[in-house]
Amino acid sequence: MISVKGLVKSFGDLEVLKGISTEVDAGQVIAIIGPSGSGKSTFLRCLNKLEEPTGGTVDIAGFDITDKKTDIRAARQEIGMVFQHFHLFPHLTVLGNLTYAPMKVKGETKAQAEEKARTLLKRVGLSEKADSYPASLSGGQKQRVAIARALAMEPKLMLFDEPTSALDPEMVKEVLDVMKDLAKSGMTMIVVTHEMGFAREVADRVLFLDQGKLVEEGTPDEFFGNPKTDRARDFLEKVL
Amino acid sequence: MNLDFTQMTPYIPYMLEGIWVTLKFVAVALVIGALIGTMLALFKISGPAPLRAFAIAYTSIFRGTPLILQLMLIYFAVPQLTGYDITPFLSAITAFGLNSAAYISEIIRAGIQAVDKGQLEAAQALGVPYRAMMKDIILPQAFKNILPALMNEVITLTKESALVSTIGYLDLMRRAQVVGASMYRQFEPLLFVGLIYWVLVMILTLIGRKIERRLKASDIR
Repeated sequence: MISVKGLVKSFGDLEVLKGISTEVDAGQVIAIIGPSGSGKSTFLRCLNKLEEPTGGTVDIAGFDITDKKTDIRAARQEIGMVFQHFHLFPHLTVLGNLTYAPMKVKGETKAQAEEKARTLLKRVGLSEKADSYPASLSGGQKQRVAIARALAMEPKLMLFDEPTSALDPEMVKEVLDVMKDLAKSGMTMIVVTHEMGFAREVADRVLFLDQGKLVEEGTPDEFFGNPKTDRARDFLEKVL
Repeated sequence: MNLDFTQMTPYIPYMLEGIWVTLKFVAVALVIGALIGTMLALFKISGPAPLRAFAIAYTSIFRGTPLILQLMLIYFAVPQLTGYDITPFLSAITAFGLNSAAYISEIIRAGIQAVDKGQLEAAQALGVPYRAMMKDIILPQAFKNILPALMNEVITLTKESALVSTIGYLDLMRRAQVVGASMYRQFEPLLFVGLIYWVLVMILTLIGRKIERRLKASDIR
């Protein structure tokens, strides 16, 4: 599903990603963890070209997105993304947020798009909010709508960029529950997160990034139970 | 004090007609200004280098020289250069349209750039094409930022429109002067059209407030 080889990203003189390679199979849930400034979010944003990779190759959902000729919009339709700060469209209702892209980008009819949107809202437990505007929702509700919005495009995989970091503590669980449910349904997911509990429980594999390098990767049991590197051990001591 | 408004009575319908004349050309100029201004704003934000340079130079020239000079240039220079006898109306909408385009482009540029960058990324991540993203996602939100400044521009344009009296276009201002000349009394007609300008601006202000309030609907619910 995803094959990343030697991914490098620089902002001017600052090299944020220093050659990262990894593979992800369909249906896998990957948790990316690491200290802030380690390049986790940049790595994720390179996968759908919100950041343009400086070097290396990224093959994702059947698209070589580092090839200039690749239709990036076609690739992005297969790659759902959920942001830390939700980025719901504030001038559209919840239903409007979910139906806009399917109608505009995939040419679905209004009826089709709305039917799917209502099913998705039910799935994230927000059926009654269909006609509300984002401003009236809590953070947890906004993020669940954002997840539903990404799913409405029926992507092959989902990227999550610190989806719970901007939430009040009491709202973290409702979002993680939706994500767990999604993982169980077989969705391929890459999740940048500080929720170690989630990583341990749901992820098939944990990638530990530090200073732009993939320092360690393994199953949650290996990584949390018996970290191989000092840097991973240091990090885990601080956060657990 | 020697004010006598009774003498002016027969001229009142003539002066009131000027409202329509003024509004007509302000409206046309505004539409031209908004269309060109939007285009220039998009050039400045995401156009290729030559278009961006053009938009910046355009703004600099039209904001950097007096409007009355631009008006005179168009009115007097076009016939001299091309032999085409341009009408006052055409000169007026061209000068005011091109001039307000420069100001409106800056208003729109600032309004668009004030929209959270995350909105752009969210639309991009969904695969939304650039034009649709601008039209459906960015501009409607930018409009909320733009509206107060845009209303200001409409008001400025309405008042500055009096400049066209200098090229003989029979707007409100010019009519006051004509009436003043034929009555040998300047003060009363000037005061009269002054009141009309003020009422027009008040109406525009109220309309602006109403639209603003409606746009806020999505913030409150």
